[in-house]
Amino acid sequence: MIVTLSKDSIKITREQDTIFLRNRVKEWATKIGMGLVNQTKLITAASELVRNMLKYAGGGTVDIEIVSKGRENGVKLIFSDKGPGIKDINLAMRDGYTTGRSLGLGLPGTRRLVSEFEIQSVVDEGTTISIIKWKNG
Amino acid sequence: MDRIPILKMGDFLLVTIQVDLYDQLAETLESDLVQMVKKYNSKGVLIDISAVSIIDSFMGRILGNISMMSKIMDAETVVVGMQPAVAITLVELGLPLKGIHCALNVERGMELLRSKITQDIQEDEEDDSYSE
Repeated sequence: MIVTLSKDSIKITREQDTIFLRNRVKEWATKIGMGLVNQTKLITAASELVRNMLKYAGGGTVDIEIVSKGRENGVKLIFSDKGPGIKDINLAMRDGYTTGRSLGLGLPGTRRLVSEFEIQSVVDEGTTISIIKWKNG
Repeated sequence: MDRIPILKMGDFLLVTIQVDLYDQLAETLESDLVQMVKKYNSKGVLIDISAVSIIDSFMGRILGNISMMSKIMDAETVVVGMQPAVAITLVELGLPLKGIHCALNVERGMELLRSKITQDIQEDEEDDSYSE
């Protein structure tokens, strides 16, 4: 069972907010003693997802939580937006697929960087992606 | 607006990224660099990313763009000082930074740039001698 220990929420409306989010994620990851490599992976994943949020939905909210499962602690990030949603999630999760002019690495790459990845999307309502990076995961 | 400074050092341009990059800043750097290559007739671009703690797919793409654009303008690009954690993350993300020359530190990066440029000159001379 995953228990939430503490929680914070950040509004994302412009590009500069991503730097604030990255710093906040780093702070929380440091707090639970996450190593530098895992921190870097988590922050990179966050950066990818925030870009998607800004690009396709014009912004949204990111919830940061410190979670624990048994003896393992981790950082959980929930990205929610009220954008156009994703029509075909399986297609979006494929390497190299993009509707924009990017490399199409964002979602599949992000999934490789984190321990747990969950995506829910309803067309015309929005998308919610939650990721967890365990301290030693 | 924020800008990353570009220093001219002889035939080379030197960029040290000391701040956290966001997309707009990276795009500005890209266009600034290409214009500086033209303005100063630069033969090489050295980008120091030792202070950059994360590179995601967008910034990776910008680095690739800079390298490709400079190549078309006849300048070589070397990226130096990547942190180990960043390298691990980039590979796992699936971004191999194709076509970008890397060096461990500024010193080796400069060496690499110089050797690339003399190599180019030699090749040019050989081409010339064939045509004679």
